[in-house]
Amino acid sequence: MAKWSMVIDLEKCVACQGCSIACRFENNTPVVGPDQALMGRAMRWNDVFPLPINADEDTGEYPNVTSRYIPRPCMHCENPPCIKVCPVGATFIDNEGIVEQNYARCIGCRFCTVACPYGVRYFNWLEPKWEAPLGEHLNPDRVEGEGVLEGPVVRPRGIVEKCTFCVHRLIKARERAEAEGRDFRADEYVPACVQTCTGKARFFGDLDDPASTVSQLAKSTRAFRVLEEVGTHPKTIYLREG
Amino acid sequence: MLPTTFHPQNNNEAVILAPVHRVTRKDLLLWAVLLGIMGIGVYAYLTQWFTGLGVTGLNRPVYWGFYITNFVFFIGLAHSGTFISAILRLAGASWRTPLTRAAEAITLFSLPFGVGAILIDMGRPDRVMNIFFYGRFQSPLLWDITAVSLYLFSSIVFFYISLLPDIALCRDRLTEVPSWQQKMYKILALGWTGRGEQFKRLERALDNMAIFMTLLVVTVHTVVSWVFGMTVQPGWHTALIGPFFLVGAIFSGTSAVVIVLAILRRVYHMEKVLPVSLFNSLRKLLIVFTVAWLYMMIAEFLTTTYGAISDEMLVVWQKFTGDFAVLFWTMALTVFVLPLIIFLFLGKDHVGWMVVAAILINIGMWIERFLVIVPTETRPRFVSTLMEGMGSYHPSWQEIAITGSLFAGLILLYVVFTRFFPIVPIWETAHSGETK
Repeated sequence: MAKWSMVIDLEKCVACQGCSIACRFENNTPVVGPDQALMGRAMRWNDVFPLPINADEDTGEYPNVTSRYIPRPCMHCENPPCIKVCPVGATFIDNEGIVEQNYARCIGCRFCTVACPYGVRYFNWLEPKWEAPLGEHLNPDRVEGEGVLEGPVVRPRGIVEKCTFCVHRLIKARERAEAEGRDFRADEYVPACVQTCTGKARFFGDLDDPASTVSQLAKSTRAFRVLEEVGTHPKTIYLREG
Repeated sequence: MLPTTFHPQNNNEAVILAPVHRVTRKDLLLWAVLLGIMGIGVYAYLTQWFTGLGVTGLNRPVYWGFYITNFVFFIGLAHSGTFISAILRLAGASWRTPLTRAAEAITLFSLPFGVGAILIDMGRPDRVMNIFFYGRFQSPLLWDITAVSLYLFSSIVFFYISLLPDIALCRDRLTEVPSWQQKMYKILALGWTGRGEQFKRLERALDNMAIFMTLLVVTVHTVVSWVFGMTVQPGWHTALIGPFFLVGAIFSGTSAVVIVLAILRRVYHMEKVLPVSLFNSLRKLLIVFTVAWLYMMIAEFLTTTYGAISDEMLVVWQKFTGDFAVLFWTMALTVFVLPLIIFLFLGKDHVGWMVVAAILINIGMWIERFLVIVPTETRPRFVSTLMEGMGSYHPSWQEIAITGSLFAGLILLYVVFTRFFPIVPIWETAHSGETK
């Protein structure tokens, strides 16, 4: 069984936000508009923001400024705090390590959103909407099963959504391999942000395969995970600059 | 069969039953006002129902605000009754008897609003049944639902069986009330006669239930705190949060009893039945709770600031000097400084001062609940709050209106109850038992 993981090389990242845009179009993330965004209601499954993150932390004075940027998808923790607290099992980790959200079951209590130390979970405060041309070009992909609704399908208001490592792409890639009567290969599946990354800073693959790129990079002395001390064991791994 | 019912002799029976006799125009006016406030709340909720939680001031990262504060506060308020009638029953504090029912009624009538606050906070209230279809006991929310519903049902039973002899008394004495009311007493009295073993069995049932209820008091509010404590967030993830919530709950609950007793005394002319000595006894309890609260506060903040883990300190500074400083120091003043001064130097034999202190404590405790929940959310570890306006929380009118309507609902249930049932237990305060 695969253990999907993403490695982001901060040395190569140019903070272009290409990943954020690719994610938005791949996953039909609603555009909330400037008013809502100022209230802190913007939906960014993938975000790119400066470090340190809090305005009152000292970043130094010009020219000795220490500000850096970090792209942030879901960490897809091996011990996800969000899943523990969900009262209905709407958020779950599949047997390949992807933390997913079942839109058909979520009751909107927002326990997962307050429990996630990374703030990667987004709540639909209002009915999702898109401006004129955007709404006509939504990704038609969806993942639907018995009592399960996932993937880029337009989410209803009042529920939580999050980065899924584009799990619908994994399902599609598997189906294609099956239709062609051959084995599925790990390199047939990458999330949209990895595919689009301008600086080729993102890598994706199977952490259980010692030969995979992500396994090799995870061993790098530059490798670190965010908030490792919290005990979440993220599968999104960073390579520090320098 | 009815005239043979035995009722213990209580010299204050007429005074206690006086409010039950009639519904006055003043009552109707008060009910109308309270219903009006609730109506505004219902309207506010309808806007939320049709538009979404977007009508609130909630955001990312402040996902929980007024509604969850109300949930914690109302469940805390509910600890009044059980503390007075269960814990003090076990402790054998017989001075409690005149105020047991008044206190238990607070329990019973605040619990539904605590539960209601959670439902109001849900993004998809239409999916509430998912909790039963797919409930996971790994989630502290399920612990909450289990504990609070058990608490609600046990409180109803505890309250009802201790009410039985008095319902029977109403059935037999209040012959001039409307026939539907007589019928209600007759059905609710369950054929109580007060003869034979009935009183003995009732006492035994209440004693046994008191043990169970005491365990529940501890469990319920600890579990409520664990909704926060079980996460890994700075300011929430501390083992102290359980006991701290419990002390706070009993503190605000007991203060609420002081307020209610003073109002009942004044409005229903029960000065004799609810003597000043009751307030003096509550005063002693409240002094203990005030100091216990300070102890908890010091234990928490000294540990946090001495260790000074940077994530934790961001939250602490939010409270001490940051966005929540005004609220924090107001809270310290209204929960500790002013009440302690009043209790020690002014409260003895002065109902008025006691009420002032009790009101201050309850305002302060609501703020305290708010300060446990929100400042932690405004300083998340990994959400960029650099954008102007982010990492703050300004409740909308809907949240304020709904909060107001929850309080109005509690008061409404209470005042309606006192018009149909004796709010002081007649049988428990009786002067003599059955003559042999």
